[in-house]
Amino acid sequence: MSTIAIATDHVLPLAQRDARSEPRVLRFLVIAFAITFLSVFVLLPLALVFVTAFAKGVSAYLDALSGSETLSAIALTLTTALISVSANLVFGLLAAWAIAKFEFRGKTLLITLIDLPFSVSPVISGLVFVLLFGTQGLFGAWLQQHDLQILFATPGIVLATTFVTFPFVARELIPLMQEQGTQEEEAAVSLGASGLQTFFRVTVPNIKWGILYGVLLCNARAMGEFGAVSVVSGHIRGETNTMPLLVEILYNEYQLAAAFSVASLLALLALVTLVAKTILEGRLEGHPASDD
Amino acid sequence: MTIEVRNLVKQFGAFKALDHVNLEVQAGELLALLGPSGSGKTTLLRIIAGLDWPDTGSVRFDGHDALSRGAGERNVGFVFQHYALFRHMTVFENVAFGLRVQPRAERPSEDAIRRRVKELLDLVQLDWLSDRYPAQLSGGQRQRIALARALAIEPRILLLDEPFGALDAKVRKELRRWLRQLHDEIHVTSIFVTHDQEEALEVANRVVVMDKGRIEQIGSPGDVYDNPASAFVHGFIGESIVLPVHVTDGRVRLGEKTLTLESQGSASGPSKLFIRRHDVAVGPAGSGLLEGDVRHVRAFGPTQRADVALHVGGSETVIEIDAPRDRGLKPGDVVGLQPRRFRIFAEA
Repeated sequence: MSTIAIATDHVLPLAQRDARSEPRVLRFLVIAFAITFLSVFVLLPLALVFVTAFAKGVSAYLDALSGSETLSAIALTLTTALISVSANLVFGLLAAWAIAKFEFRGKTLLITLIDLPFSVSPVISGLVFVLLFGTQGLFGAWLQQHDLQILFATPGIVLATTFVTFPFVARELIPLMQEQGTQEEEAAVSLGASGLQTFFRVTVPNIKWGILYGVLLCNARAMGEFGAVSVVSGHIRGETNTMPLLVEILYNEYQLAAAFSVASLLALLALVTLVAKTILEGRLEGHPASDD
Repeated sequence: MTIEVRNLVKQFGAFKALDHVNLEVQAGELLALLGPSGSGKTTLLRIIAGLDWPDTGSVRFDGHDALSRGAGERNVGFVFQHYALFRHMTVFENVAFGLRVQPRAERPSEDAIRRRVKELLDLVQLDWLSDRYPAQLSGGQRQRIALARALAIEPRILLLDEPFGALDAKVRKELRRWLRQLHDEIHVTSIFVTHDQEEALEVANRVVVMDKGRIEQIGSPGDVYDNPASAFVHGFIGESIVLPVHVTDGRVRLGEKTLTLESQGSASGPSKLFIRRHDVAVGPAGSGLLEGDVRHVRAFGPTQRADVALHVGGSETVIEIDAPRDRGLKPGDVVGLQPRRFRIFAEA
């Protein structure tokens, strides 16, 4: 031991560096690289979106946003997000509840199925609905007889969006609920609480930040979804265009300022989501759940 | 409240958690279910609580069928090993939970709830923690809060699943004395599960020793210690010297040596000789039934513990014995060992 101490005493003043950390040059290079990379690939494009949006002035920006096509796209996007996020919230809660609190056959299969939308290309997700509800599709004839329009209408867009975004809430809740186990629920039941009381007074409060986090991610994806929606929408102007679809159409028509004005709203949504996500992550970690 | 368990069977896949268990718990007693892990003790407790259901068998509270009622309708207080406190509620709200979820007609007024919770927190001597969250409490405090919460519904039966299992040794000792005192005060019929024999023997009125889903013995702490009913109980409770012997027509043979011991009616065949460590008199060579060479000696406190290789012929048999420190055993000594009490059980 003592010889080693003496050896370092000799080396330290010569090398002028602390053995515990990397050389300063290396540290500087790594950090500089990371910052440059982030700037070029993330910050610059994001800034460009806003710069291009305002390229023709604030009034042009506001005009672009208040056009009837844009307003209808915003309305459709919000409606779609509202319905699919609600549906996925209910589904995600039920699925996570079932998976975390009960043992049953086919549990692994259910978990795999929940992940399916993540592993399938969104375009294919869209195509599935065409095969189901299109004129030549499985239910096509029946839908036509009853005069029901699913494809190239709001229901199709909602279905496709719901399909693509359904893992978010479930995926967030399953590990959280599995980790928490069933003991608190058992305690509640043995204290005389009914099933509903147990759910709303014990289960939900324990996972509320997880729910919010899942809903937030689900919502971001629902509003931004392009591929699946593009396939089922039919791009009817003022009717079945969501915001991402409108951005593409405007861009293809060389209406750059208008395209980027709409895009700036989506970018803003992304930023808000990011901030909210950071705050929620703090909550999730600081939660007493992580204790013990 | 008495509890009557009849012919309880519970199987998890191929694993028999309970194998025709019969048990009667008297009103107001404090009963310990003692056994190694996997012996079925927790399963039995959960079935009594209504958190699990048996495959067959019956559970009766004061003669009334309990299995037809859910956990919430049985009026049973349950204390979990890992406390299971509601982590998003303050200590006060945790204890108040059982009162707040009662149907509106039966629910006490806010004032009454407040008084009751205060009483209970006083009872567990933690009223100063009422605004804290479970994560801010120590393990011992959490378990006392869990107990207060279970008592809030004025349970007719109190069930505790390894209540001190997650606590460190010192706190565990304090808490079990405290539980004993608490039970003397409130006298509710209580069952607690433990794998710690010391805990069971110290706290309970009666001890139920379980193994592999069966009850091996039911008796007072003194009874199960002094008169173990089976080889398992003898081996599980207290420290024993165990020697493999062979019984032939009432004669007991150890290795190649025949021991002048009564076979206690044990059937012929391979058997086990159990001697409590403190039931062995250590004397000079030739003074006892058994003889051996001292190998290692470890001294602590008033005793010294020695490994002794027995002179039995055949394979080497080493046992551990205790002797008073002033015996001054040294490696290489030859000692004579005389069992004062012993038990022989035929090998199962």
